[in-house]
Amino acid sequence: MSDVSDPTGAPGPLFGLRVVELASEHAAFAGKMLGDLGADVIVVEPPGGHPSRAYGPFADDVEDPERSLWWWHYNTSKRGVVLDLDSDTGAEHFRRLAGEADIVLEGEPPDALATRHLDHPDLRADHEELIWVSVTAFGRTGTRAQEPATDLTLLAGGGPVWSCGYDDHSLPPVRGGGNQAFHIASTFAVMAALTAVLARDVTGRGQHIDVSMHAAANVTTEAGSYEWLVARGTVQRQTGRHALTTMTMPTQMCCADGLYVTTGFPPRAQRDYEALIDWLVTLGLRDEFPDIVLLDLAVERGGVTIAEMATDPLAVEIFGVGREALMFIAERITADEFFRGGQTRGLACGVVAAPEEAFDSEHFVARGFPVEVEHDDLGRSYRYAGAPFLMPASPWRIARRAPHVGEHDTEILGG
Amino acid sequence: MAGERRSAALSHLRICDLSGQLAGAGATRFLAAFGAQVIRIEDPVRQGTWDIVRGAPPFVDDRRGIEMGGGFNNHNVEKLGITLNLRTERGKQLLRQLVAISDVVTENFAAGVLARMGFPYDELRAIKPDIVYVSNSGFGATGPNSAFKTWGPIVQAVSGLTFSSGLPHQPPAGWGFSYMDHMGADTMAVAILAGLIHRNRTGEGQWIDMACTEAGTTLVGPDLLDYTVNGRPLRRPGQPDSNRSHAPARAPHGIYPAAGDDNWVAIACRDDADWKNLAAVIDEPWALDPRNDTLAERLAVQDALDERIAAWTVTRDRFAVAEALRAARVPAAAVARPEDRIDHDPATAEWGLWPTVHHREMGDVRVDGLPVHLSETDWVIERGGPCLGEHNHRVLSEILGLDDAEIEQLAKDGVT
Repeated sequence: MSDVSDPTGAPGPLFGLRVVELASEHAAFAGKMLGDLGADVIVVEPPGGHPSRAYGPFADDVEDPERSLWWWHYNTSKRGVVLDLDSDTGAEHFRRLAGEADIVLEGEPPDALATRHLDHPDLRADHEELIWVSVTAFGRTGTRAQEPATDLTLLAGGGPVWSCGYDDHSLPPVRGGGNQAFHIASTFAVMAALTAVLARDVTGRGQHIDVSMHAAANVTTEAGSYEWLVARGTVQRQTGRHALTTMTMPTQMCCADGLYVTTGFPPRAQRDYEALIDWLVTLGLRDEFPDIVLLDLAVERGGVTIAEMATDPLAVEIFGVGREALMFIAERITADEFFRGGQTRGLACGVVAAPEEAFDSEHFVARGFPVEVEHDDLGRSYRYAGAPFLMPASPWRIARRAPHVGEHDTEILGG
Repeated sequence: MAGERRSAALSHLRICDLSGQLAGAGATRFLAAFGAQVIRIEDPVRQGTWDIVRGAPPFVDDRRGIEMGGGFNNHNVEKLGITLNLRTERGKQLLRQLVAISDVVTENFAAGVLARMGFPYDELRAIKPDIVYVSNSGFGATGPNSAFKTWGPIVQAVSGLTFSSGLPHQPPAGWGFSYMDHMGADTMAVAILAGLIHRNRTGEGQWIDMACTEAGTTLVGPDLLDYTVNGRPLRRPGQPDSNRSHAPARAPHGIYPAAGDDNWVAIACRDDADWKNLAAVIDEPWALDPRNDTLAERLAVQDALDERIAAWTVTRDRFAVAEALRAARVPAAAVARPEDRIDHDPATAEWGLWPTVHHREMGDVRVDGLPVHLSETDWVIERGGPCLGEHNHRVLSEILGLDDAEIEQLAKDGVT
């Protein structure tokens, strides 16, 4: 298998762990993370393949269960088998596979496995060391456990959507793109599963892990939740920046070339204000910037802190002028010039890149982030998103392309 | 300490934690909630204000100052907090002693900062050969942009996440919070746990270099494949359009206005059956028109359909709409305000999602819980975030074995 991220061939950190995953759209990313980190992941699909194989877009826009880019992305490093859990043979195979596994990962509706006698309590007695992870919309029990949900409704009902959108509140709030409700929950599922593995190292015992996608969205809103928890404040969405209880000045700016940049937070440290003045001078804009006096004052007083701003009106004013100076510069240069000009002066800022632009950026390429994955069946290889972190002694690696329907039936289930 | 209830899951592990903000603190928060002994180290000279949320709003009452930051408390529950002035030789020596008895060292300074403070990986490894060292910086330790500085919103911008979130003909909406502080922290926690599992299996430690921007770009995977496989970039006319569902193709799928001020309801039809159920609830001729029964047709007339649905929802209560649709098995949710989901949602209440911690200065405060429950060794979140140097005596005495006179002298000398 071609792999540019790992010249050594050393196994990943989860090498030796066996995971049996029942295919689902919302826990697939968890299985991918475990597999890319070296676990032996067997994804179990129903006869005909999992419905997410019908999700587009498709390779070369040819609709085919083996060409779904969704399936490709979320099922790397896995081997695949087909089992009909409603048949005696299928159920028996599943029991055996689960019994031999370290981790079972599933996203079935809350009662679906119990009614088939294939749930954790049905297997636990004979497999005390088994770790069983259930990822559901609202948790496995409770008032709302049976409600239907999708990525959109989870992010809308769980909090993130309320914080995202535009200053203009006649426009609807916005769901962040990319199936993030599934990513959030899947990442927590992996964190919890690995925690259970480390606990098992000590106790020898596995356990059940209940993951709620709704709860995961709820605790992924930063101040959205804790403004209310601490001070009963309700944050308001604002274009491209933090939702806060008060409306703040823009931090996302359209540059001279029509592309956007953001500064996140404005400068606060003395050296930031020095850098800002230097930048204005270099661009020949010092005399044109109306509030240059306040920038000089910021340098004199040694910058400002967020804590000071709670009590000192001048600190608030200086903070605002730092932001205005950045916007003043942005309107006069390109987004890339702004990004590099700011960052080389130590000012935190970023260009708003499309995913493909991030992926192709010189920096990502230099770090080996794009990785080639061979598709032997199509006689070529494609570039995929690479490692979320570099761990040289046990590298992250896409061990294989996503499996075809039932590709490893013989290898895993026998002839 | 007597009377403290802690999770047993990771109680055998000690983390020497130099991280902060949410992007770092959120990672060790998870481990602390599962019982790891997380010793958070702060700078006494700057009173811990390297962490911008120390002392920042929201506040529980009129009191202000470095102990009163609501976000800091939220992100640092269940940790021990000590101060060490790492500009001093004695401070460095104490850090070495802590590293020597720790399993993990964590930090999320800008790349290279900890090395310049005298603790590059080679030094950490010399102190503790199997140490798992995890650094989380914006662009990682190598590469042309490694010196660049980031906050969550910058990470999101540079990684493609900001661009992917928005409505057509509008600027990027992005994320109204530091999504990549959350996901960066969560990914960092995965890195720590994976590093520990590898160490337990092989006896080998390592330096795990996480670039938060790369972690961000792993979260736009299918869009990237459309580009690398089909040559189709996301920067193209009509995109992004993230309230709709293009992959998989679904319609109707959107966020619609409801009665009242800034009220909205999300509706997602997964398939033809969902649409038929939605149409039956709406029960108006345009909805029941059989031409809309196929996805292809609904996609073709999606703008008109969305206008009709909005005209239907805009006079109705957002909760009533969502409830009626869910009763008909159609995924729907009122866009929840914080109050709705924190104080009036049976699912979060039953989960125990908002535990109350006790903070030495703030008193009892509710915080984020965790969205997982472990049947045998579940999380415990009861202890508030540490005040500056709150556990100096406890850590120096009980863990490093210093006597009271030595501890007093360290404070006098400006080491703690």
